Amino acid sequence: MTCLSAKDKDTVKVFWAKVADKVEEVGSDALSRMLAVYPQTKTYFSHWKDLSPGSAPVNKHGKTVMLGVGQAVACIDDLNAGLLTLSELHAFTLRVDPANFKILSHCLLVVLSIKFPNDFTPEVHVSLDKFLAALSRALSEKYR
Amino acid sequence: MVEWTDFERATIVDIFSKMQYEVVGPAALARCLVVYPWTQRYFGNFGNLYNAAAISGNPMVAKHGTTILHGLDRAVKNMDDIKATYAELSVLHSEKLHVDPDNFKLLSDCLTIVVAAQLGKDFTGEVQAAFQKFLAVVVSALGRQYH
Repeated sequence: MTCLSAKDKDTVKVFWAKVADKVEEVGSDALSRMLAVYPQTKTYFSHWKDLSPGSAPVNKHGKTVMLGVGQAVACIDDLNAGLLTLSELHAFTLRVDPANFKILSHCLLVVLSIKFPNDFTPEVHVSLDKFLAALSRALSEKYR
Repeated sequence: MVEWTDFERATIVDIFSKMQYEVVGPAALARCLVVYPWTQRYFGNFGNLYNAAAISGNPMVAKHGTTILHGLDRAVKNMDDIKATYAELSVLHSEKLHVDPDNFKLLSDCLTIVVAAQLGKDFTGEVQAAFQKFLAVVVSALGRQYH
């Protein structure tokens, strides 16, 4: 169902290998940015005491989300099957409006651009953008 | 009228005062043409846009990227009335260039990403918020005169 070419998949896997040991840093930064740039996203975290950049809940959750992205990279050949449980979680428990997946994806791309200025070329950018869109679609699979 | 905080004003002026137009403009336009290839529809006479390398090395893309970025200078100088400042440019993009206004958002996302790479750690969440707010106002003003 995804329209990721073999080249896209390879590009994503190679690039993500570079990100793998910085998941907490990248995740925390992306999440912090999302909360700062798109304040409406804070509505999903009213149960956190501290929403400031670098706070404990932001760091922990940023890492969780990035590990989820890593999981998606590992099952890139069948995102729907690989992300089934996560999709059910987002659909029935978290009920995050799917528009927010696009928002977080954008913030993630900004962070990757900052942390990997030489590796995040336009070609890597387009493959990652396609991958994140496919990931978002797979996460929304069970919504209705 | 758009309300700007002192921080937002200072941030926008600061970013553009340090801007390397000949680097950032071409990089942002090239990235847009690679990441969102349908945007190439507006550049039929730009020659070789066959792949990412060709696009990034294309001198017409580079020249036009610089032109577009300098086009933002007027908004930086007139932050309190960007809508009026861009009325004429909006008509141009609608009547003469026939650019789908959705494309403005695509280019502005690419510009954000390129500026982020340039500024590195200095492109904090607050700076990003100010920059994206500025670009959103510009994008809205450019789409204003479409009918």
